[in-house]
Amino acid sequence: MIELQHVSKAFGRTKAIDDLSLTVRQGEFIVLIGSSGCGKSTTLKMMNRLVEHDSGRILFEGQEIRGFKPQDIRRRMGYVIQSVGLFPHWTVERNIATVPQLLQWPGPRIRDRVTELLQLLDLDPALFRGRYPHQLSGGQQQRVGVARALAGDPEVLLMDEPFGALDALTRVALQRELARIHSASGKTIVLVTHDIDEALRLATRVVLLDHGRLVQSGTPLQILAHPANEFVTDFVGRSEIGIKLLGLQTVASRVRRNEPCEDAPVAETLTLREALSVFVTRQVERLAVVDGDGHAIGCLHLGDLVKLRE
Amino acid sequence: MLGALVVIAAAAAFGMAFVALAPNRLVQGTGIGLTDLMHGWRAVIVVPMLLLCIGIFMRPARRTNLMVALAGSLSLVALVWLAGDEAARLSAVAPKLSRVSLGGAFWVLLVVIWLAVVDALQRAGLGALWRVVVGAAIVALVVGLAVWGELDQLSLLKEYANRQEVFHTALLRHLQIVGATLLPTLLIGVPLGWALFRSERFAPAAFAVLNMIQTVPSIALFGLLIAPLALLAATVPWLGQLGVSGIGLAPAVIALTLYALLPIVRSTVAGLGQVPRSVIEAASGMGLTPRQIFWKVQAPIALPLLLSGIRITTVQAIGLTVVAALIGAGGLGSIMFQGLLSSALDLVLLGVLPVVAMAVMVDAVFGFMTLMVDRSH
Repeated sequence: MIELQHVSKAFGRTKAIDDLSLTVRQGEFIVLIGSSGCGKSTTLKMMNRLVEHDSGRILFEGQEIRGFKPQDIRRRMGYVIQSVGLFPHWTVERNIATVPQLLQWPGPRIRDRVTELLQLLDLDPALFRGRYPHQLSGGQQQRVGVARALAGDPEVLLMDEPFGALDALTRVALQRELARIHSASGKTIVLVTHDIDEALRLATRVVLLDHGRLVQSGTPLQILAHPANEFVTDFVGRSEIGIKLLGLQTVASRVRRNEPCEDAPVAETLTLREALSVFVTRQVERLAVVDGDGHAIGCLHLGDLVKLRE
Repeated sequence: MLGALVVIAAAAAFGMAFVALAPNRLVQGTGIGLTDLMHGWRAVIVVPMLLLCIGIFMRPARRTNLMVALAGSLSLVALVWLAGDEAARLSAVAPKLSRVSLGGAFWVLLVVIWLAVVDALQRAGLGALWRVVVGAAIVALVVGLAVWGELDQLSLLKEYANRQEVFHTALLRHLQIVGATLLPTLLIGVPLGWALFRSERFAPAAFAVLNMIQTVPSIALFGLLIAPLALLAATVPWLGQLGVSGIGLAPAVIALTLYALLPIVRSTVAGLGQVPRSVIEAASGMGLTPRQIFWKVQAPIALPLLLSGIRITTVQAIGLTVVAALIGAGGLGSIMFQGLLSSALDLVLLGVLPVVAMAVMVDAVFGFMTLMVDRSH
């Protein structure tokens, strides 16, 4: 869908991106991660031509992006930034309708689309449609920001540290919405962050950058289980790799089915990391597991947590 | 604060002349106090004024405030009527050339009561819109009194009657000059502000020049333009035929435009500076063209500040145009200066009062517009 081939970019004398090659496939959720100044935002902005690359090729749907008008390509890619940037003089409805209006959709279709998106982002349309951005909390503003980016039904969603300015609770809630939107719509998403937990939680593929170069690219499990070098190990948090690995998988993947078990049960949808916490706080080595309806399905043994399954 | 105003008003009402009777238009008259006029059924006027005083010292409830506003408005109209009525009475018995002019007590009461009305409206929670409405109602009633002929015997109206033609020409010319100033100011000022907003290199220098122009006294700037414009008109004949000359309209409009540029440019730059960077980034990231970003995003967000700039500029231009009369541009200033030279105070007032009224009206209209724009944000 988007392909970077040996792309380089310099700002003055400093090299921001150095011979970067990367392919974003249809339906992927790519998270670009690295410490500040590693070139992750620049990489994102080159994709919608907010930053022009110096050398190499960037292809969108097989065509060099310089062949498109910048406006055309941007209308096909939703764009969300950390500071949201809602238009302060427009209502929520008009903000969301920005791209559909540019694309000259008919009025009723725009209205329906706004309603649909507000519902998708868990904002009551009747309540929020007519509000102005300054009447919204930070989390609500970013929800509208995401809705606005999705409005024109773009092929790709580009997100530049979208949840960086939110408090921890709101951030987790929005991450959950985004994961849900991704799995429901199958939309291709490229997200930039410096938060490794966010990357592990959301990505189908994590791309780690350093000094404008690609260091490692792989699923969260691959990154954690087989870090390419010391830098990756340090970046993901050397002492917590095991714990984070547990965070990637659910109780359902390790439960011994149909084995009877005592004690107050835990849900199968819990991550193994959360389950470990329950083991420790209850001071037990076995936990009963139930499914969503509360039916017992088996038993989880503490010892089973250590076996890595890819 | 209000108490002090009441004391000032009372001192003026009892200590100064409300109207003055003079044997002719050039000499000072003998004053007649407000208390001397309050005979017969004219004393009814005391009622709203008393209500006003009581209201000011009562517990400030919303109802009291509304009462103060209403009583004050009535008092204002009543005072104008009283002055006109007294003038009519005096003229009937005094010699033919004698004049009845408005005295200090009249003006002080006018200002103080108006302040009380505005204050009461604000306390009652009624904003700028109501101030405009109440002001317009009072002005309409006073104009009604004038049209009805109730004020004909006041010296001010006599001066007007004597020079109706001159007055109307001057008023029209004044408006022309202000209009002719505003148009080029906007056409130059807004694009210039836009350019300076985008260029950090030239902005300081440009602002230095504009600031310098502002510090040149207006009369000097008018004077400075006489020589070059006269030369220009002499060397380029078709410009002269178009009306460009050392004195008259051309130097006036040029000088006024130069003055007007600073507030317009500054408010344009400030207005554009109010648009957050993130909003611009989001807009261009979503595929708005630079032109769309300007018209849909930057311009509307900058508008309230730009309007306040135009407001300042217009009020300033209305005032400065008075001075332009000195280089033969005409306008209400010519009436004022004529009055000053012949020491006819009423003639001065005939020139100045419309200028003040115009400035106040323009200010109110722009205030209202800014309010509307702000509300839609």
